[in-house]
Order: sequence, then structure tokens, then C-alpha cells
Amino acid sequence: MTDPKQQDAWLVRPSSIRILWRFFWMILTLTVLAQLVIKIKGSFGFDSWIGFGAVFGFISCLLMVLFAKALGMFLKRDQEYYLKDLKDD
Amino acid sequence: MTEMLPPALILIAAAILIGPFKGHFRTLVLLAAPLLTLWTIWQVPDGVVTTMPFLNYTIEPVEGSALRRLFATVFAVMALVGGLYAFRVAKWYELAAGYAYAAGAIGVCFAGDLITLFLFWELMALFSTVVVWCGGTAAARAAGMRYAIMHLFGGIILKVGIEGVGVHTGSFDIQPMLATSFDTWMILIGILINAAAPPVSAWLSDAYPEASPTGSVFLSAFTTKTAVLALILLFPGEGILVWIGIFMIIYGIIFALLENDIRRILAFSVVNQVGFMVCAVGIGTEMALNGAAAHAFAHIIYKGLLFMCAGAVIYRTGFSKCTDLGGLFRTMPLTAICGIIGALSISGFPLTSGFTTKTMISQAVADEGMITVYLLLAAASAGVFLHAGIKFPWFVFFQKDSGLRPKDAPWNMAVAMIIFSALCLFIGIFPETFYQLLPYENNYVPYKAGKVLFYVQLLLFSGLAFFLLLPLMKRTLTISLDTDWLWRVMFRKIGETTFNTVAYVGSRLETKAQATAGNLAALAKRHLSSSNSPESLGVFSRTWTIGTTALWVVVLLTVYALVYFT
Repeated sequence: MTDPKQQDAWLVRPSSIRILWRFFWMILTLTVLAQLVIKIKGSFGFDSWIGFGAVFGFISCLLMVLFAKALGMFLKRDQEYYLKDLKDD
Repeated sequence: MTEMLPPALILIAAAILIGPFKGHFRTLVLLAAPLLTLWTIWQVPDGVVTTMPFLNYTIEPVEGSALRRLFATVFAVMALVGGLYAFRVAKWYELAAGYAYAAGAIGVCFAGDLITLFLFWELMALFSTVVVWCGGTAAARAAGMRYAIMHLFGGIILKVGIEGVGVHTGSFDIQPMLATSFDTWMILIGILINAAAPPVSAWLSDAYPEASPTGSVFLSAFTTKTAVLALILLFPGEGILVWIGIFMIIYGIIFALLENDIRRILAFSVVNQVGFMVCAVGIGTEMALNGAAAHAFAHIIYKGLLFMCAGAVIYRTGFSKCTDLGGLFRTMPLTAICGIIGALSISGFPLTSGFTTKTMISQAVADEGMITVYLLLAAASAGVFLHAGIKFPWFVFFQKDSGLRPKDAPWNMAVAMIIFSALCLFIGIFPETFYQLLPYENNYVPYKAGKVLFYVQLLLFSGLAFFLLLPLMKRTLTISLDTDWLWRVMFRKIGETTFNTVAYVGSRLETKAQATAGNLAALAKRHLSSSNSPESLGVFSRTWTIGTTALWVVVLLTVYALVYFT
């Protein structure tokens, strides 16, 4: 192990991460473009729009993360919070 | 028809034998008992099979149906694979408690009446508490105590409801009801406590992560899913369950996003997944109930698998926090692959069990035209991928390099994980075979090109959101307050304050009382003391003339007569 960076797994090298990202973007684009060929038969009309699943998925996740973050400001405590009581006993 | 004993008795016998048996005999008991149970489960015909007198009632300890066999099957499979996973690591009493706990769950599956259901229900509460205690730490003991209190409390509520229903309807039969009276509400609340419904969802994420790495595998399977079964049997179509389910789904996602402990992330996602089932029971159509049952089956397997992966990691590294872990794919590739299969299954990725079961629930909702619920479920599916599907494998196996280079899981754990991974894929790839086990006739087709594309889009863009928002999700060394803060801190503080106040008032009163007693003593001494010198005699000790005494008697009698006659 002279140079750990060179020997580290392919998956975590910066060069391969760049490749993986490019690949990921390509797949993402393809899943949306695929709707030109494959029709999504939605149950309510709007859910068959092109890219609805993509936008809906992304925005729901964004909102959930932001909501969790906001809630965390009130609810987060140090991990020892309850353990202190345990030590008192 | 020949009567048969409850299939649960086999696992109870195994639980008793695990202690005295050692070595290969114990392994034999551990593996043979669930297999025998599985065989017995499939011998139970439809309808009431066994009746027997109990106190003044006739109870039905064995009643069969496709739904009951389905749940019992997955519980027995869980006991088998869980036993395989645990037997080389876990203490014998943890294994025994785990098997007795599984026996309770299987007993509930075949309970034909509410009395039998209650008895097995309490058996589960009892032995699951023991499993939590087997965590062995001070935190596990405390969490186990809170767990026991919560479940005994839930049991009492359930019992109140059962007795009410028995008294008012004259029947303890298990049959569909709606929460329309006090009795039925009590039953519903008692069951929902076990389902980790709000406002007491916190018991689950409090207790499960404190158990041993093997114990939490058992815990993840039985309690909440027997509650789902009880809801399907007793409250199909109870409208309020839809919204309780939705709340659980969102609660699970949000709290899992905030969490740092890997098993606690999985515990929150149990609440989230049970939310899907509770919601489906609330819809109540045949497809929805099929969906709830199928999803429970699939969920037990992939959630067991995820807890197994987490357990293997904790067993090998001793760490359970995202902040301590990372990069383990290098030396634990098998655990990583199994973890990813479990994570894809829980997210409902096509070709996994989550897809073929969860989308059935979504379809049932869409068929009812419930647009808001449908969109919330779709958003939740995206959220599941976010909080469990990517977050769990990412922070454990990839993320940063934690420098840890543990060995991969021991062979028995590896075999257990491979079996469950294979089942996840089997249900995902060949759903028709699995659908034959469902309680109602099934005409749902999961694999339609459009549907698959919709979910792939939804999930992959959730994945995009995860990686773009990673800076916002940096793990911190924190926990999140939950409703259990009320009883762990607030009620405790109120109790302590009340106690201290009472103690303070008491001590003040005591001082006062002592002072008063001292004064009275001095007074008495002053007036009653009899010493030799007449001047120092107390007022009541002196000698008085007869005339004065008679006068006093007259005065007192007059006062008495006046008071008496007016």
C-alpha cells in the first residue's frame, strides 16, 4: 500500500465518479424521453404528462428534505440527551 | 373434521427445548421447529378447526383462512431464517425468547376469537420485551422497560375493548367491525398501539435499536405485522385508518431523514411501511386488502434482510452510527449487495418484492379515485427511496472511507441474507406465483410498461434529489425528540416536581407539628403539672370548692340545653 489513492476501489476514484454521474444523467434523460415511445396510462390525467413522475419525485424529495431540516431545528438534541438521565439513575 | 392443536405450540415447545439442548441438538431444534410449523400451517383448513372450553366461554384457538395462513407462513419463515441468522451469535435465552415471540405471532394468526387473540397478543408482548432486554446494556434495560409498559398499557386497552364487545354483543368472534362504539374504539386503539401508530410511534424506534444485532431482526417482523393482520380481520374499510396510515408514512420518512443510527433509520422505516398497510386496510376493497397482506409479507422479508445487514455490520464493526461507518463495500461486499437488494425492495423498485406489492396498494387507491391519497403515496414512495433505499446503503457501505476493514458476515448470517435476498427478487420477478397465496382473487398486473416507467422516473429522480441534496443531509451526532419526550422527560419532571413539592410541604408541616406539639406540652405542663408547692400547681391540678364545680356544671348544662333546643 504505497499509494492508497491509486489502489482504492474503482468505485470511489474521482474519475470514475465523474463517469458514474454522466451515466446517471444519461439514464435520467432516457427515462423521461422514453415517454415518447411508452405511454404512461395515468389514473387522473395529469399523471400521464411527460416527465410528471420525474418532476413529482424530485420536488417531493426536495420538500421532504427541507421539511425535515426545518423540523430538525426544533427537535434535534445531542445524542447524550436521554443517556444523561440513565447515568443519574 | 379432526381438531388440531394451534401450530404455535410447536415453536413454544422449541422455545422451551432451546435452553436444555446444546450444540447440534439445539441447532436442529432451531431449524426443524419452524419447518414443522410451516408444514402444520399449510394443514390448517379454512374455517373454525378447533373449539375448546375456557373458563365459561367456548374459544376457537384454530381458525384457518388464506389470509391467516399467509401471515403465519411469513412469520414461520422469519423464525426459520432469523434462527439461522442468529444461532451462532445469540445467547440461548435470546433465541428462546425470539421463538416464543414468533409463536405468539403465529398464535394470533389462527385465533378464531378475541380471547385467544388476546392471550397470544400478550405472549408476544412478554417475550418481545425479553428480546429487547437481551441487548444487555443499561440503555436496553431502560428501553425494554418503556417498551413493556407501552405494550402492557396497549394490552389493557385492548382487553377493555374485548370485554366490552363480549358483554354488549355476547360474542367474542373475530369478525369485521367499525369503530363506532367505545368498545370497538378501545380494540382499535389497542391494536394501533402495536402497529406503532401516532401518537405512540416512538416506542418502536426507541426499543428496536437497543436490542442485540440478532434481536432486532426478530423484533422487526412480528409485532407491527400481527397488528396489521388484526386490522385486516377486524377493521377492514375503517376510514380513519387511511389518514393514520398517511401520517405514519410521512412521520417515518421525516424522522428517518433526521436520524444518524442505522438501526433507528430502519426502525422509522418500519413505521413508514406499516403506514402503507394501515392505509390500505382503511381503503378496505379486496385489492387494497390483498395489497396490505402482500405488502406485509414482502415487508417482513426485506425489512428482516435490512436489519440482518445492519446487524452484520454492527457485529463486525461494533459501530451503529452513519457518522462512524462508510466505505464498507470494500470488505463486506456480500452484505453490501444484500443490503442494496433489501433497500431496492423497500423502495419498490421494479423486479423487487416492494414493487409488486406496494403498487397494488397505490392501484387500489387510484381505483377508488382518491387523488390526494394517491399523490401522497406516490410522494411517499419517492421518500422511501430517499430515506431507506439510498440513505441506508449509501451511509453504511459507500459515503466516505471510514477506514474500517471488517470481515464480511459469518457464513450463517450470509446464508440467511442470501435466502431473504432471493425471496425479495423472487416475489419481484415472479409475482403471479406469490399472488396465489393472497386472500382474495387477484387480477392485478404489476408489470405494465407505463407503470414501470412511471416508477423508474419517480425513483431515479428521487435518487438525483438525494445526491444533489447530500450537503443538507450531513449526519450529525444528534437524536430527534419524539412524542416519547412527553413520558421520558415531561411526565418524569412533573412527577419529580410533585414529589419534591409534597416532600417539602410535608417536612414543613412536620416542623410546624413538632412546634405545636412542643407548645401543647408546655401548656399541659403549665396547667396540669402537680408539684408539691400549691402556688406552682397547674390550673387543672388545683383543688376547687364543690360550689364552684356545681356552678360550672350548671353553666355547661344550660349551654347544652340551649344548643339542643334551638
